[in-house]
Amino acid sequence: MASVTYSNVWKKFGDFVALNDLNLSIQDKEFLVLVGPSGCGKTTALRCLAGLEEITSGEVRIGDTVVNDVPPKDRDIAMVFQSYALYPHMTVFDNMAFGLKLRKVAKEEIKRRVEESAAILGIEKLLKRRPRELSGGQRQRVAVGRAIVREPKVFLFDEPLSNLDAKLRVQTRAEISKLHHRLQTTFIYVTHDQTEAMTMASRIAVMNKGILQQLDTPQKLYDFPANQFVAGFIGSPSMNFFPAKIRKDDGKLVVDAEAFSVAVPENRAGPYHAHVGKDVIFGIRPEDVHNPEFVPSGIHTAPVEAKVDVIELMGNEIFLYLLSGNNQYVARVDPRTRFSVDQKVQMAFNMDNFHIFDVAADPENPVAIR
Amino acid sequence: MNRSRSRYLIYIPLVLVTIFYLIPLYVMLVTGFKSFDEISLQTMWSLPKSGLHFDNFIEALSKLAPYFKNSIIMVVPAAIISSILGSLNGYILSKWKFPGADLIFPAILFGMFIPYQSILIPLVQFMKSINLYGGVGGLILAHVIYGIPITTLTFRNYYATIPKELLEAARIDGADIMGIYFKIMLPISLPSFVVVLIWQFTSAWNDFLFAVVLTGSQSWPVTVALNNMAGSQIIAWNVQMAGSFLAALPTLLIYIFLGNYFLRGLMAGALKG
Repeated sequence: MASVTYSNVWKKFGDFVALNDLNLSIQDKEFLVLVGPSGCGKTTALRCLAGLEEITSGEVRIGDTVVNDVPPKDRDIAMVFQSYALYPHMTVFDNMAFGLKLRKVAKEEIKRRVEESAAILGIEKLLKRRPRELSGGQRQRVAVGRAIVREPKVFLFDEPLSNLDAKLRVQTRAEISKLHHRLQTTFIYVTHDQTEAMTMASRIAVMNKGILQQLDTPQKLYDFPANQFVAGFIGSPSMNFFPAKIRKDDGKLVVDAEAFSVAVPENRAGPYHAHVGKDVIFGIRPEDVHNPEFVPSGIHTAPVEAKVDVIELMGNEIFLYLLSGNNQYVARVDPRTRFSVDQKVQMAFNMDNFHIFDVAADPENPVAIR
Repeated sequence: MNRSRSRYLIYIPLVLVTIFYLIPLYVMLVTGFKSFDEISLQTMWSLPKSGLHFDNFIEALSKLAPYFKNSIIMVVPAAIISSILGSLNGYILSKWKFPGADLIFPAILFGMFIPYQSILIPLVQFMKSINLYGGVGGLILAHVIYGIPITTLTFRNYYATIPKELLEAARIDGADIMGIYFKIMLPISLPSFVVVLIWQFTSAWNDFLFAVVLTGSQSWPVTVALNNMAGSQIIAWNVQMAGSFLAALPTLLIYIFLGNYFLRGLMAGALKG
């Protein structure tokens, strides 16, 4: 059990910057998920912690120990690989026992620990089999088992679910959460799947282009994304974005997105006064674009004209692909909605729940105005 | 319909080529079973008429027996040592790339393209200077070194297909560079060992040139002895052919019984486990 700290960590592969001044503190017993698109540096961050990559500069600590120059085997970590990386010529038992044997743990102790871990994962009956005789889900469990027998200070997971089919993935997700609860150890988990991040993490670190974008609890990340990248990455379908300007109309603030304009409610206008006349990005999540017939009570809405482009029925909800001027966006509406394609409709934007990003602060990745 | 017909068409050239390649074997066998009187150029294609003369084989065997022993003493260590060295080279060159590895690998491969003949004189000089000239030891050394390029290539290509995560998992589990080799890589390289051992065994067994240059009459392998069995005046072709067959037998048997493993090993990299 230990905390993990990255201080000013840089990792370069030639000219390519994989980690750009990463600062990240992971608390003891935390379930931290590193999430981001491929090439964002999340796996590099994990591999630097494991000791499989040397960092270019900075400091990585596990507990109070600086591990920059400590070889992987002495870092007291265990890692579950995306490909599982089971030793093909060994039985499940030997796969799990390998690390303990190398550490000269007594035979009876190895047997006890392997059997105990196997019981936790429900793979007792597979101990004599070889990896090629196992299904994908079973291999994944063995890979986790190989990690937990070692009783390490920190568990590292590198996209462990991406080779499983959708149903098994959901099931295993819950099992890994349970495992974390049971083992009470620090988990660091890398994934590109924001659903995995949202469902399992105590905190999520969103990364892009080697830079840590935001570190927070799943709910805070969802409700208060720090910038447009995080806003677009977390949530599915993604948040809708509209280039806009903030205007002052009769003393009230209005977001003007050319094809439509919506009034900012008084209670939320505060931070935006300083941005009147400036270029901003207006963001609203699909579930905050309502069919006016089924608007929940007690929210402030603003009407927006739109044309229905595509309708996707999901059973419990409907995704509408809408067009307002040149803007295409998605609404997640009540399943009772009866719209037809090409119909001109009026949608209701929930103005209690929108986001405005400052383009001037960073044109590449506009920053949330708070 | 069309497909099965074209399948038969494939067999025609295959059968023709097979027959063509079996002709020497046929002549070797029928001559080996003939009596000395039956042998002439006119009757070389015909089957033995006076029954099968197994005594030719017994005679040949008795003449060649000590040289068979020499061959085995030479071939077994030559094949094993060059396989192990190739495996180690392949492991390092594919998984622990050091600066310059990309220069060293082609340099090793270049050895494959050096003709035996062009290095004979320096080879003899070298063997003399290290006191290995004339015995089996020098021949073993020559075959080991000449085997390294092909064994290295085979193992490097096989190890290149092994995912790096496997080694990383082992590193985290606590294995070092040699621990990973002995506990992970070596046990899973059996298919490549089969290929390389068969290959090295065959090429060392069949070699004549190195053997005739490097060994003295006491340590001749069977190929050289066979050549010298033919007298200078009269050649007993029946005994000579029986001896040839015996000399070819070990490699023949290996391909008949291990051919499947050989092919499987060659394909091992291409197929996912």
